[in-house]
Amino acid sequence: MVITIDGKKCEFTAGQTVYEVAKANGISIPVLCHHEQIKPVGACRVCVVEVEKARSLVASCAMPAENGMVVHTSTPRVLSSRKLSVELLMTQGHHKCITCESSGDCVLQDLAYSLGIDSPRFDESETYRELEQTNEMIVRDMNKCVLCGLCVRACNEVQVNQVLDYSGRGPTAAVGPAFGLTYENSDCVFCGECVRVCPVGALFEKQGRFQGRVSDLRQVRTTCAYCGVGCQMDMNVKENRIVKITTPREGAPAPNFGSLCIKGRFGHDFVGHEDRLTQPMIRVDGELREATWDEAIAYVAEKLGSIRKAHGPDALAGLSSARCTNEENYLFQKFFRAVMGTNNVDHCARL
Amino acid sequence: MAGLATAFGSGAMTNSITDLGESDCYLITGTNTTENHPVIATFIKRALTQRDAKLILADPRNIELGKFATIWLRQRPGTDVAWINGMMNVIIDEGLLNETFVAERTENFQALKATVEKYTPEYVEKISGIPADNLKKAARLYAKSGASAIVYAMGITQHINGTDNVKSLANLAMLTGQIGRPGTGVNPLRGQNNVQGACDMACLPGNLPAYKKVTEAADRKPFEDAWGVSLPDKVGLTIPKIIDAAAGGALKALYVMGENPMMSDPDVRHVEKALKNLDLLIVQDIFLTETGNLAHVVLPTAGWGEKEGTYTNTERRVQRIRKAVDAPGDARPDWEIITLLANRLGANWQYASAQDIYEEVRKVTVSYTGITYDRIEKQGIQWPCPNTEHPGTPILHSAAFTRGKGLFSVCEHIDPAELPDNEYPLLLTTGRILYQYHTATMSRRSKGLVSRTPQAFVEIHPDDAGKLGIAHGDKIEVSSRRGSIEVYAELNGRCDKGVVFIPFHYSEAAVNRLTNAAIDPVANIPEYKVSAVKIRKVA
Repeated sequence: MVITIDGKKCEFTAGQTVYEVAKANGISIPVLCHHEQIKPVGACRVCVVEVEKARSLVASCAMPAENGMVVHTSTPRVLSSRKLSVELLMTQGHHKCITCESSGDCVLQDLAYSLGIDSPRFDESETYRELEQTNEMIVRDMNKCVLCGLCVRACNEVQVNQVLDYSGRGPTAAVGPAFGLTYENSDCVFCGECVRVCPVGALFEKQGRFQGRVSDLRQVRTTCAYCGVGCQMDMNVKENRIVKITTPREGAPAPNFGSLCIKGRFGHDFVGHEDRLTQPMIRVDGELREATWDEAIAYVAEKLGSIRKAHGPDALAGLSSARCTNEENYLFQKFFRAVMGTNNVDHCARL
Repeated sequence: MAGLATAFGSGAMTNSITDLGESDCYLITGTNTTENHPVIATFIKRALTQRDAKLILADPRNIELGKFATIWLRQRPGTDVAWINGMMNVIIDEGLLNETFVAERTENFQALKATVEKYTPEYVEKISGIPADNLKKAARLYAKSGASAIVYAMGITQHINGTDNVKSLANLAMLTGQIGRPGTGVNPLRGQNNVQGACDMACLPGNLPAYKKVTEAADRKPFEDAWGVSLPDKVGLTIPKIIDAAAGGALKALYVMGENPMMSDPDVRHVEKALKNLDLLIVQDIFLTETGNLAHVVLPTAGWGEKEGTYTNTERRVQRIRKAVDAPGDARPDWEIITLLANRLGANWQYASAQDIYEEVRKVTVSYTGITYDRIEKQGIQWPCPNTEHPGTPILHSAAFTRGKGLFSVCEHIDPAELPDNEYPLLLTTGRILYQYHTATMSRRSKGLVSRTPQAFVEIHPDDAGKLGIAHGDKIEVSSRRGSIEVYAELNGRCDKGVVFIPFHYSEAAVNRLTNAAIDPVANIPEYKVSAVKIRKVA
């Protein structure tokens, strides 16, 4: 089956939306309330396109492709409608970009820029809402919320934590936990999926605030240090410090496809903790005293050697760690077997 | 691991995380998945809410997954063999077994059949407290569903008969042919980032990398050639035996890398005595742990985010970790320290990077041979992966079991080593919570995590609390035959009457001062899930 988008014949399979077919064929249509892992709702109207013989503009993210459809993605009618939609979104709340954590990584900012919206034709909202920053992990700035509903849908459809929902109507419409509770007083488990999918600066990581903008941060992909799921994540680094952990909004790899839990997303600040050990230490007269590496290695090697000589290799044992890497575990058991000569090596799999 | 290895020939998770999203029915037992493997739980919860999949939950506690359960089997702790045998009794009795699979892919069926015969639902109800009707419904649902997956964790293994619990689950899967296909399988969830890898790399007393046996000359030979030494052929000591040997004086030196037995091992008083008895205790870690406090030498290491390497996750996927920042002070990666030490003791190791070591791992570990740093730059690969063209293996045992035919084992119910009595009337079970992690050296140094659960607590049934005049938030002393700790009462209705739960993360209230050091004779896993305690309000 084939549809025509901007003059290009595009093959598709049943069930694909116009937006998906366009994307697969390298034709970009902007979206805001859409996410690849979440059912489309066509709420924000940013992705509208003109379909020949259709009565009105259609939301491409929610419109199933049909054989023979002819689609135009950037006619004056489309652009004018898209611009109006974005202007209306911009008048909801207060979109101050100067100190916004999402500046440079914001769908609304990108849309306004690409559509050349200097200032919207309508007045901004008159109400200002205090930021919710009462918990240690997530800040909510509802002045920047455009009610795309991605946080609500991610909470329910992706994580199935069933904490966030819509409330109110018209100007009082809002997203959040039931009864207007704060995150920490609700059933929220701080997985941070809402932060991940938020297309604007309404939800962001508290500890990363003012620690580095998107353009200042270097992202290093790694595997989570906690449980055995092995979630893939990005360390955001500035000046030898891990500022925050993020995952890509879309296109994230297995096994977690961008989802994390509280420990993965907000539990890695132990790395730079002041309690970290920085020097080898040897116990002298009952006290641990700082030593150089040379002293420490010489001390350990001499002791291990003399104990082995006096009592045999099986008087030695090693406990390795499921915390450490494959390389380190391999070397640890090789050390005990090939250098010390004992199979007394185990780790915490049982505990 | 020993249980699954006996049944299938491999102890690893049979299916994959993504694959768990494809099941029609889940049998989840001994895993509080939403708290301990939250992201895996999302795959299961999506299937339950968006695809009409069914959930059989077997757990003594009313955990969060309970609200998604089709059937909840609330067994008394320590009665798992009984209810699993009971499910098989119903399946055989009602002709719901997969006869073709049993005939073609398994052996020892007659012995299994004879064993489970007496485990009628009524008999099982007496042992486990699970209503006979619920057990029948669960058996039918599991057997009849197109693809049923068993998911379990330490709630199954941390018993004196943990190996039998696992074998029983393997029996159930084989009896119904619910294995070797998408959405099925027997899936142990690994609790730590690299438990799978540490096992694969043979930090186990009886194994060489890729589960070769130290006792087999033919298995040792390739390693002796690669390493240029002759290797010891006697199986070494497991952790509980190491602690005993230290306490008894036969063991003189212990080198601990990234482990904290003063928190993680049962009966901590015994551990402390053992460690203090050593001539040399070396602790290599990122923080000064409870164990480090007893050490003769402490070696500071580079941690996560400060070094390169690989972890292998619960689904056997080998994935990269990368360096983002420098380690503090003079701390250096574990592999550098081990290399320095080995060379000081006469070895001649020339590793210049983690990748150098990994290249050697690939050469001697056949399941890893096809997995290179280049290939996993963007996406990890699941072993076995025998060559660099191989795509990896998402599902084990598809055409045949690793050991050939699947082996049915005969398992009988036995009571836990210590049950409540008049003096210690409550049954204590232990585990983790969402907001903390293991011995908490990392998670209690994270602002966000600490803010959620700052203090140790005991979950207790409101009726039990009421009888003792205990209210939510009261300070409670919990005692066993081995010690006592003080915690706060949490009356959240998760535990049944007669059962209390305490997480093991809190050093100031280390629950392993209470737990029993009785171990499974095969796997040497301690019985963390059952011991007897008494409680009283602290005035």
